[in-house]
Amino acid sequence: MAYSEKVIDHYSNPKNVGTLDKSKNNVGTGLVGAPECGDVMRLQIEVNEEGVISDAKFKTFGCGSAIASSSLATEWLKGKSIDEAIAIDNMDIVEELNLPPVKIHCSVLAEDAIKAAINDYRIKNGLPALEEAKH
Amino acid sequence: MELKLPIYLDNNATTPMDPRVLETMLPYFTDNFGNAASRNHPFGWAAEEAVDYAREQVANLIGADPKEIIFTSGATEADNLGIKGIFEMYASKGNHIITCTTEHKAVLDTCKHLEKLGAQVTYLEVLPDGMIDLAALENAITDKTILIAIMYGNNEIGVVQPVKEISAIARKHNVLFFTDGTQAVGKIPVDVIADGIDLMAFTAHKMYGPKGIGALYVRRKNPRVKVTAQMDGGGHERSMRSGTLNVPGIVGFGKAAEICKNEMAAESARLRILRDKLENGLLQLEESYLNGHKENRLPHTTNISFKYVEGEGLLMGFNKNIALSSGSACTSASLEPSYVLKALGLGDDLAHSSLRFGLGRFTTEEQIDYTIKAISDTVNKLREMSPLWEMFKEGIDLNSIEWAHH
Repeated sequence: MAYSEKVIDHYSNPKNVGTLDKSKNNVGTGLVGAPECGDVMRLQIEVNEEGVISDAKFKTFGCGSAIASSSLATEWLKGKSIDEAIAIDNMDIVEELNLPPVKIHCSVLAEDAIKAAINDYRIKNGLPALEEAKH
Repeated sequence: MELKLPIYLDNNATTPMDPRVLETMLPYFTDNFGNAASRNHPFGWAAEEAVDYAREQVANLIGADPKEIIFTSGATEADNLGIKGIFEMYASKGNHIITCTTEHKAVLDTCKHLEKLGAQVTYLEVLPDGMIDLAALENAITDKTILIAIMYGNNEIGVVQPVKEISAIARKHNVLFFTDGTQAVGKIPVDVIADGIDLMAFTAHKMYGPKGIGALYVRRKNPRVKVTAQMDGGGHERSMRSGTLNVPGIVGFGKAAEICKNEMAAESARLRILRDKLENGLLQLEESYLNGHKENRLPHTTNISFKYVEGEGLLMGFNKNIALSSGSACTSASLEPSYVLKALGLGDDLAHSSLRFGLGRFTTEEQIDYTIKAISDTVNKLREMSPLWEMFKEGIDLNSIEWAHH
């Protein structure tokens, strides 16, 4: 199976690999997937006082498409408001990375990770969790 | 010499053809194109003579009589013919077959097919090092058992089963012993007499011969074994496998077998050194584990899990330059990781993180050095971006986390 150039680029030069301080109130952490399934994503957002995502980091255990999906997600998240971030759909990721059908689950996982990070941030700040965060 | 990329380290999938084999085959596509069954003219005679000679070469490699070699299209067909053929031929004696969970799909799926036709099949579990438990094997034998089907060397982990002990148990209980010798024949000494093998499947393309030609060894005396043909037609191959003989393929198979016989000792010694260098180099990495028995193993194979990185992601780091296969799900159409590794008791996480290396006749030390470096670099890079590695380093027990299975 050949990877798209965009997947190869994100895999070779991943954007925003790293860790934010999860104990901080303005940091939301989403950890999704399972080692047994072959992919685990951890995506973190830092939200500034204006409610804008000022930083995003990821670490991913998984195939190239999973790494690329999470790398792309962090790129997209930076500078977005929470509401804009919620609107990111896994099919946007599929389209941008030209993921083949067998790799769609990687984009689903990335969307789940975004929603889980937002939920973590919301709960920390006394807001109700999003409904239907999971596919 | 400059290192030429890509490097091929997937010789358990298939081997490149030895140029000497190709050279021997070529006249049989053009000048000597005859049908080996044409008994009435020189074209047929030439083909028949070439087949006879190749049959001797193939038989010599495994210590068999040429009459005991049934040419097939490959090892899968030979597995099917051996197992289904015995099930049909010995139906009056019983319907029980014993095999094991790490067999190739050509054996497992054949057994599953026979279950639908009334066979009772015991799938023995293997020990954590991939070896058969001989006591469990003997205990599984009943008065209905007609066949034990245990492979010689495993395709994924290279583990070599104790065939002499298995055949002794089979003999003691008057049960036939079939072995899939695909990965072992041509690589390590296999002798059907000394090993007590009654039937054996093997193929040319794993030993530097052409694809599309394999063989089933069927013992002719002590005991005389017969299989029911699975393909009907002109009665070729002593009526056990009809179909016009693939003369160029057979000629190539013969030549490949002859080269293996002559060069096996030196080649396996050389590959063992290279394999050990590769293995020791990669096992220097923290949290990397060898899969399968360390000693009872094919000399050109190793299988290593790199914990906290995923196999397909790992391959992507170098698969433009190094051809390898992974036990991970994502590389194949199915979503399950390697059933062989799972049969050893590996968790899905380790099974997903494994690489299989198959060295071969044309593998060089420079290639091994390059491979150790490329894989080590990729493992380290991916661990830097692995959340599991970070947790491991922080001392978090990954089993204590409630993972969301999807």
